[in-house]
Amino acid sequence: MLEIKNLHVKLEEEDKAILKGVDLALQAGTVHAIMGPNGSGKSTLSYVLSGRDGYEVTEGSASLEGADILEMEPEERAAAGLFLAFQYPVEIPGVGNMTFLRTALNSQRKARGQDEMSAADFLKLIREKAKTLKIDADMLKRPVNVGFSGGEKKRNEILQMAVLEPKMCVLDETDSGLDVDAMKLVAEGVNALRDAGRSFLVITHYQRLLDHIKPDVVHIMADGRIVKTGGPELALEVEANGYADILAEVA
Amino acid sequence: MNVVLQKKQSAAEARLGAMALPQSAAWMMSAREDALARLRAMGLPSGRDEYWKYTRPDSLTKAEPDPAAIFHSDEPRLFGQIDRLKIVFVDGAFDAEASDDLEMAGIEIHRLADISATDIHWSRDLFELYGTLEARGQSPVERPLAALNTAYATDGIVIRATGKAAKPVSLIYLHNSETSDAILHHVIRVESGAELTVLENGPAAARFNKVMEVDIADGGAFNHVRAQGRDHERRAVTHTFARLGEESVFKSFTLTANGVMTRNEAVIELTGDNAVAHVAGAAVGDGDFHHDDTVFITHDAAGCESRQVFKKVLRNGATGVFQGKILVKPDAQKTDGYQISQSLLLDEDSQFLAKPELEIYADDVACSHGSTSGAIDETALFYLRSRGIPTADAQDLLVLAFLAEAIEEIESEEIAADILSRLQGWLARRR
Repeated sequence: MLEIKNLHVKLEEEDKAILKGVDLALQAGTVHAIMGPNGSGKSTLSYVLSGRDGYEVTEGSASLEGADILEMEPEERAAAGLFLAFQYPVEIPGVGNMTFLRTALNSQRKARGQDEMSAADFLKLIREKAKTLKIDADMLKRPVNVGFSGGEKKRNEILQMAVLEPKMCVLDETDSGLDVDAMKLVAEGVNALRDAGRSFLVITHYQRLLDHIKPDVVHIMADGRIVKTGGPELALEVEANGYADILAEVA
Repeated sequence: MNVVLQKKQSAAEARLGAMALPQSAAWMMSAREDALARLRAMGLPSGRDEYWKYTRPDSLTKAEPDPAAIFHSDEPRLFGQIDRLKIVFVDGAFDAEASDDLEMAGIEIHRLADISATDIHWSRDLFELYGTLEARGQSPVERPLAALNTAYATDGIVIRATGKAAKPVSLIYLHNSETSDAILHHVIRVESGAELTVLENGPAAARFNKVMEVDIADGGAFNHVRAQGRDHERRAVTHTFARLGEESVFKSFTLTANGVMTRNEAVIELTGDNAVAHVAGAAVGDGDFHHDDTVFITHDAAGCESRQVFKKVLRNGATGVFQGKILVKPDAQKTDGYQISQSLLLDEDSQFLAKPELEIYADDVACSHGSTSGAIDETALFYLRSRGIPTADAQDLLVLAFLAEAIEEIESEEIAADILSRLQGWLARRR
């Protein structure tokens, strides 16, 4: 599904390397988690994959189902099936949540050569998806993320994911700022989307999200590299002992 | 004597030398002569005037208008789907053939040119307003081009709303001559408890000077939606004078797309308790676009609410101006005043000049104002793109979102949708 090879990335504005040779391969239908201390490059990896400005790839590659995504515009990556759930979802005053979702869905369909979805069909779809995430009609009508609580913003990210049905979902610290109940709701939303044709890359600081979204593979990232890869037990090890032991072991 | 004033007065004399007051009945003639006297005393506006600091008045005051090419478009006519009473002026001249009959339940409606020719008693009663609100609006700030309008207007519409008007009155201003110079003056009286909506659209002329006086009695409601024509080279100066009685409502929205010179003044007096006045504008401009909103709202009664919402989208060196004032008189306690003026600058060459003013003499009031200028929010743009929305679509979405607060001031959803489609057309032509 997603294949990252020897990815090196630096900040565009300054000569500072952030990713120093990341290798990662996700099979279709799998859930991988990336854990790591602050400043290890986890979020940068998600930004670079989604095509955010300000980063320069100096070496290496990233491909989605064989297509080089680094050459694509952000909207092309989305149409190709990549989705980033933002750590800090953006507030957009004046743009209704429904309008936004419908425009996004139809833009992607158009880019893939499909017909646009009618207003009636879209309404049916969104109502059904919103219900499972406990998103009420008011949240759908309001401007995108404006006045939403932290939990509502994250649920709204998952709603977008559910509506857009991407193949490759990157979740950037989706658990940050969530209480236990909100985290469960978000995790349920993600689990409902687990499918043989869809992969997830879950970036998190803490193991507790992984209690709810069970990963197949766990990676530890430090100083711009994947330093250790293992099964779900690796996340429990981090929870119990912190990163220091693992980092000392691989150093 | 003040040298600047002398110059302004001699400029007025030079301009007026070639103009004759339109023939009218005696009572109308005296209203015109009064306005002429006001104009002579003030002189024409000059670039030295504080009130004309950001907008050069030359092209509006000189004897001959600059020619203006005519804009062609295949887009459907604005308000075309709305059931309305159509009144058409072509380069300032009434077009009887294209207009509907001037008859509608709930209102009396006449042409200014007809009514001003007769000395019969009823027209005088209805018409005594002519120039009254304009004259009141000359203090504390002079508005010479409005006095010029009262003196020389050749036509216009006079409406007295006595009940709920059956449908909107739609004034359509067509522009067929590249050198036309039109002066129109409308007078509207909304009686107690009556309701009226007036729509205006079209470029009108190469140069257009328009005054609308709106007098709203206690409990009356007046709605106004205007779209100023897209002929880019046309020039317009408009004044809206409104006086509001107790618990009356005045709401006005203007869309301006294109135009090398537009000066829209709104002068609103809240004279009865608990009256509400909203005035809003959305302007989109490109290149040598110059657009000026000048608003003066006077609170002279208790518990009134006023709202000014002005948004401008500027690109390729376009200029936007906002001069907005809220004056709260000593007895206007419990005033609720709000004013926002914002520009979205799509490049570094465009400019927005804003002068918000509050002058408050009452002690129990809530007045807020804000003014901002900014570029497209790159973070929001990226968020939209990351969901698959192409850059140009995402940018348009953000431009419309920026204008939304002003468009929301339009009461009718049907009319708001029409205005929105105009904006979408404007954006689409700039892809």
